Amino acid sequence: MKLFKLFMAFFKIGFFTIGGGYVMLPLIQKEVVDNNKWLTDEEFLDAIAIAQSSPGAVAINISIFIGYNLGGFLGALVCTLGTALPSVITILIVAIYLFQYREISIVEKVFLGIRPAVVSMIASSVVVLGKSLGFGWDKIIFAITSFTLIVFFDISPIAVILGGAVVSSLYYGYVDRKEGEDR
Amino acid sequence: MILELFLAFFKIGLFSFGGGYAMLPFIQNQAIEVHGWLTTHEFLDILGIAQVTPGPISINTATFVGYRTGGVLGSIVATTAVILPSFIIVLIISFFIHKFKESRSVQNIFKGLRPIVLGLVASAAVDIGRGVFIDYKAVLISIGIFLILTFNKMNTIKILVFAGLLGVLFY
Repeated sequence: MKLFKLFMAFFKIGFFTIGGGYVMLPLIQKEVVDNNKWLTDEEFLDAIAIAQSSPGAVAINISIFIGYNLGGFLGALVCTLGTALPSVITILIVAIYLFQYREISIVEKVFLGIRPAVVSMIASSVVVLGKSLGFGWDKIIFAITSFTLIVFFDISPIAVILGGAVVSSLYYGYVDRKEGEDR
Repeated sequence: MILELFLAFFKIGLFSFGGGYAMLPFIQNQAIEVHGWLTTHEFLDILGIAQVTPGPISINTATFVGYRTGGVLGSIVATTAVILPSFIIVLIISFFIHKFKESRSVQNIFKGLRPIVLGLVASAAVDIGRGVFIDYKAVLISIGIFLILTFNKMNTIKILVFAGLLGVLFY
């Protein structure tokens, strides 16, 4: 039953999305794109774009969008539940039993190891996605500009996406027209 | 009380644009200042806990504050409220994208957006990296994991567990 498989996949993803929404990206890539082949790399990048452009956590938005694409309204519901449930359960356990023990040093050490690994996982995702997009000066310029604007000019990601959508639509519209003329 | 919870977290969900830490001022405003559901100290603790538990900060906070104010029911209401605005808006966007998928202008928009998103994801790695590379051990772990990923394609879960072990070993 596809909905159940979707739920399990996102439950797994949700369970390991620790410490920030972007951790989810390599996990989704592995589970949704590579293992289950439910999405192509391109569709995955589109999902990220949409997730960034809506209010709320990127992790949730991506689950909603991918869920809708794979299974309509129910799909969206099921994926969102899958992502949110591990979080809710864990926090409830913490709130009820563990909040009193919050300075556990071994837990800190585990996460001192995980955080740099997460950076590498994301970097590795970028490499894989970049390869699948393929070469093209237009793509390289778009990627580098977006990276620079966010990292060095502190522009908000959503502004980059909205602005980028406009620029992209204008640019490729122009390219289409030129190709039309040349024929 | 439950209604207050619902409305407050619905607002938080609605105005949290930009992901991750952009939500914090809203949560702070609603949960601490307006409603007094959390003290600032507790908020900081929850932030720390959210770093080491699954899920986005908005969900973690909603569940926690919800539980504190209204038990398990409160946690469910608050969490649902914080997700609802996203759910509605993303569904609407998804529906329209699906409808106009074949349109050339929509395709043109996404053609450029894909590499732009790639740049964005790379910037997220940098952003996270800024806080993370506090010493050479962290850099070593990072390089090690990157090499494993590029040449070995290990299962993601195993990688995270392995990284956690490295953390305990190194530190």
